[in-house]
Amino acid sequence: MPVSPDAAQTFAAPVTEAEPFIRLRSAAKTFRRNKTSFTAVSDVSFDVADGEFVCLVGPSGCGKSTVLRILAGLLEADAGSEVRMGSPGRPLDPGRDVGIAFQQPLLLKWRRVLENVLLPADILGLPRREAHERARYLLDLVGLTGAERKYPYELSGGMQQRVAIARSLIHDPKLVLMDEPFGALDALTRERMNVELLRIWRSSGKTIVLVTHGISEAVFLGQRVVVLTAGPARMAADIPIDLPLERTLDLKTHEVFGKYSRQIYELLGLH
Amino acid sequence: MSPRALRIVCVALLAHALAVVVWHLAVQWGEIPAFILPSPSATIRTLSEPRYDWGTNTLVTASEIVGGFVLATVLGVALALLFTWSRAGLAFLMPLLITFNMVPKVALGPLIIVWMSYGIVTNIVIAFAIAFFPILLTTLRGLRETEPELLELVRGLRASRWQVFYHIQLPGSLPYLFSGMKVGAVLAVAGAIVGEFIGSEQGLGYLMLQVQVRLDTAAMTMSVLLISAIGIGLYGLVSLLESIVVVRDARLT
Repeated sequence: MPVSPDAAQTFAAPVTEAEPFIRLRSAAKTFRRNKTSFTAVSDVSFDVADGEFVCLVGPSGCGKSTVLRILAGLLEADAGSEVRMGSPGRPLDPGRDVGIAFQQPLLLKWRRVLENVLLPADILGLPRREAHERARYLLDLVGLTGAERKYPYELSGGMQQRVAIARSLIHDPKLVLMDEPFGALDALTRERMNVELLRIWRSSGKTIVLVTHGISEAVFLGQRVVVLTAGPARMAADIPIDLPLERTLDLKTHEVFGKYSRQIYELLGLH
Repeated sequence: MSPRALRIVCVALLAHALAVVVWHLAVQWGEIPAFILPSPSATIRTLSEPRYDWGTNTLVTASEIVGGFVLATVLGVALALLFTWSRAGLAFLMPLLITFNMVPKVALGPLIIVWMSYGIVTNIVIAFAIAFFPILLTTLRGLRETEPELLELVRGLRASRWQVFYHIQLPGSLPYLFSGMKVGAVLAVAGAIVGEFIGSEQGLGYLMLQVQVRLDTAAMTMSVLLISAIGIGLYGLVSLLESIVVVRDARLT
């Protein structure tokens, strides 16, 4: 695919509003247990615009999952950190406005695919009929039409992960947080899921923050890549990825793609 | 029934039929005296002996087994639920329960009879005592065995404690509950028979002791077969319920 500045312009993301959707300033997180303390994150700052796809990349143990859990409201950042979700006028409701997908699909074995997708709707008490309709739409979106009545054990790992992604979208959250969602899949399935995820992102218009340790995955998916270095997580860079939004796998062989990857490898000291 | 399931049933029936044939042939050709091992036909013939009152005795033993088992299931599950709701209760009572679990329940039999005198209710209590702990402990384990990330996922949705319990923990514990119930079903049979051995005036265990003095081995063998049949029936019922309630993949084997 030719990557001309023109193409990048045509598919550029919606112009960033004056107020970022997520604003993280000097975020830090220290875990204290008994007398020992462990700093998982120190000084991470980045913004995410509405509708943007941002990847957090870094080595294992760099605290990127901790950053994601702070965004999910599952962990509270240390005092002195600024974490703002949503605009001041309309703050994000961490329950209703955030969807989460983890490395494991974490499907309920006793629920059929459709019912698994409906779990967040059940918990949030959303109207059953509309949720049903939406679940069917989402299963269609992730390419699982016809699998509604199947049980998780009847699906492959990749299909289970698609169900988990559909589930993270069922309550129509504004923000979707993904923690290495394809980490447990084989390399080829993973590449295919990357393409799928971009398609889902474009057609749903969600804001996505995705954590990965795959550098080429981060460059391929993200409009921006936030690079974190290990022990404790420190921000090394915030790199805008100037590639067209419509991306296919052959982009990975492109020179510009290689340039971004190399830049991140160097930041992580892997060159 | 699928062709595969049908084949499995046929093979199982065949294996049992073959065992009876071997039994018959061994008795006939081995010239084993009837007071050591009666033939299958002699064993079945004792059923026509009215003095043994097979119907009542079987019914009594069956009600003791089922009574003890149901009581153990209800109380085991109730207590397991209570413990998952109250962490303090669990911390305090769990060590006690583990010690109680170590006590050989059979040894409690004579004590229970002293406390309650003998009868059907006493034997229900003994069957309950022996079947209760495995059901409680496995259910408890099932209720507590939830993937931590799954809990994070629903906590992220601000699920209430009740919702976590109802949507995640309770259905997740069912395979464990059934696994505990299967163990409990087998143990309840042993408990009821022990009760009948140490003190009773009815039931198949009681009957066995009566015919033993007369060396009526056929009637003893028949009693064992009937006791086993009750156990198999109960176990089968639990398995059937499991196959209806629990999705195949989630079952513990």
